[in-house]
Amino acid sequence: MTLGDLQRALVEHLLTGDRRISERVRPQAGLEVYHHAYRAQLLGCLRDTYERVWAWLGDEAFDRAGACHVELVAPKSWTLNEYGEEFAATLASLYPDDPEVPELAWLDWALRRAFDGPDSTPVDITALDDLDWEAAEFRFAPTLRVGAVVTNSAAIWSALAEDRTPPAVTQLPEPTELLVWRPDLSPRFRTLAPMEAHALKSALAGATFGDICRLHAARSAEDNAVAAAGAMLGLWLRDGFVVGFSAD
Amino acid sequence: MPNLEPFSGFGLGLRQPHYQEFLQRHVPVDFVEVISENFMVDGGRPPQILDAVRERHPVALHGVSMSIGSADGLRPDYLKRLRVLADRVNPLWVSDHLCWTGVHGFNSHDLLPLPYTEEALETVCNNIKHAQEVLERPILLENPSSYLTFSDDLMTEWEFIAQTCRLTGCFLLLDVNNVYVSGANHGFDPYEYIAHIPAERVMQMHLAGHSRGRELLIDTHDEPVPDAVWALYEFALRRFGHVATMIERDDKIPALSELITELDSARARACAASSERQCAS
Repeated sequence: MTLGDLQRALVEHLLTGDRRISERVRPQAGLEVYHHAYRAQLLGCLRDTYERVWAWLGDEAFDRAGACHVELVAPKSWTLNEYGEEFAATLASLYPDDPEVPELAWLDWALRRAFDGPDSTPVDITALDDLDWEAAEFRFAPTLRVGAVVTNSAAIWSALAEDRTPPAVTQLPEPTELLVWRPDLSPRFRTLAPMEAHALKSALAGATFGDICRLHAARSAEDNAVAAAGAMLGLWLRDGFVVGFSAD
Repeated sequence: MPNLEPFSGFGLGLRQPHYQEFLQRHVPVDFVEVISENFMVDGGRPPQILDAVRERHPVALHGVSMSIGSADGLRPDYLKRLRVLADRVNPLWVSDHLCWTGVHGFNSHDLLPLPYTEEALETVCNNIKHAQEVLERPILLENPSSYLTFSDDLMTEWEFIAQTCRLTGCFLLLDVNNVYVSGANHGFDPYEYIAHIPAERVMQMHLAGHSRGRELLIDTHDEPVPDAVWALYEFALRRFGHVATMIERDDKIPALSELITELDSARARACAASSERQCAS
């Protein structure tokens, strides 16, 4: 048996419990140690990354979901940081009637990725005087992510993070977008108003500030639209997730 | 390739519960060891913490994901990241384990055992040479705790390690606890193991505790260093002299003061061994 064959056989044991490797190793108890350690390590990783989901579901339910995910998804990256990206999808299939569960998972994941994601510096507002607002496309912090929610999962997440009793799950009046980003060293998130979410997703797709003014105009009187777009831009700049413009 | 500067001292693994103490006050250690992968990230707080600690203490980089024994070679993206980190930190040295963590795109994130065969030796040596070329420095290889041996084995672990050092020029991070754990699990004499390690290659030693499983000792790093490991350390000190020594605790991490006390115990033993060596010379 070549080294490669032997390594594939041991991987097969880890993943499926296949015991073809057993005749070539001793003691047999050692196989169980590695089989168990593989799962324990990944479950520990999921607990670490999905801390609020863990708190929401409790130990038993979380470990059941985690064990299910470990059997479904094998790690590929050299870094454990990347394990668990698909856990929200696993939770969505396990909890089809509890959308707050995968939503909490999305938030946990987005905040964790933002924590050690690429650094960025908010755009210098004083350097924008000569910017051609019709032509300039936004450049956003690389840690910025937008995700849709239908429940009050953001409020639940915040309560769990602050060791408060979380509110009961409620459906939001309409689907809402959450924004995650890291302007300095601490990841943040907040809820986006519907118009702001539409504008931000447009800007992420390449819309200019002029385009965004027209989006506002389509929904309100022109004077109000420019003021509203300007207020929104001010908010984005203060939040620190605009890092530049393509026409800089 | 540049050689490693001689360094001896007593250090601790930098773990998250102790970050603030390391940043806010003087911690009486001669160096800290960090898990490389924890800082092989794009940005954010981890690199800032490492930079701040680096201003106060020499840093050794200790990896768990190089997968030195993988039959399909090392991952270029991993090595590239590690090189970037090493350039940033200018570490005392870079170490990883004699093991493999995955193959063909799968990563177990566990330190899996190697058969001690000629083919595995060639693979390990090729991979170490590759890593040393990319990093432009010799690396330290750590003996792992293991729970399996293979019917294909043609040599002992210490013979495999000695050959690897000879063929690659790498150095050793001797984990005394791992020698003890593997010895108990596989029925070899840990003192014989240490007696056959090429002394001139040992740059660092790890000390840790372990747990007793149903049938095997498990390298859990969640207990103080037990007496049997201290005794083995004293034997290693007499053989290797005063090389850098570190207490490694990865789970049930106690107060920093407790680890400092444990480290002081290592200092005292090294000091006593040093006196013995001076008396003997």
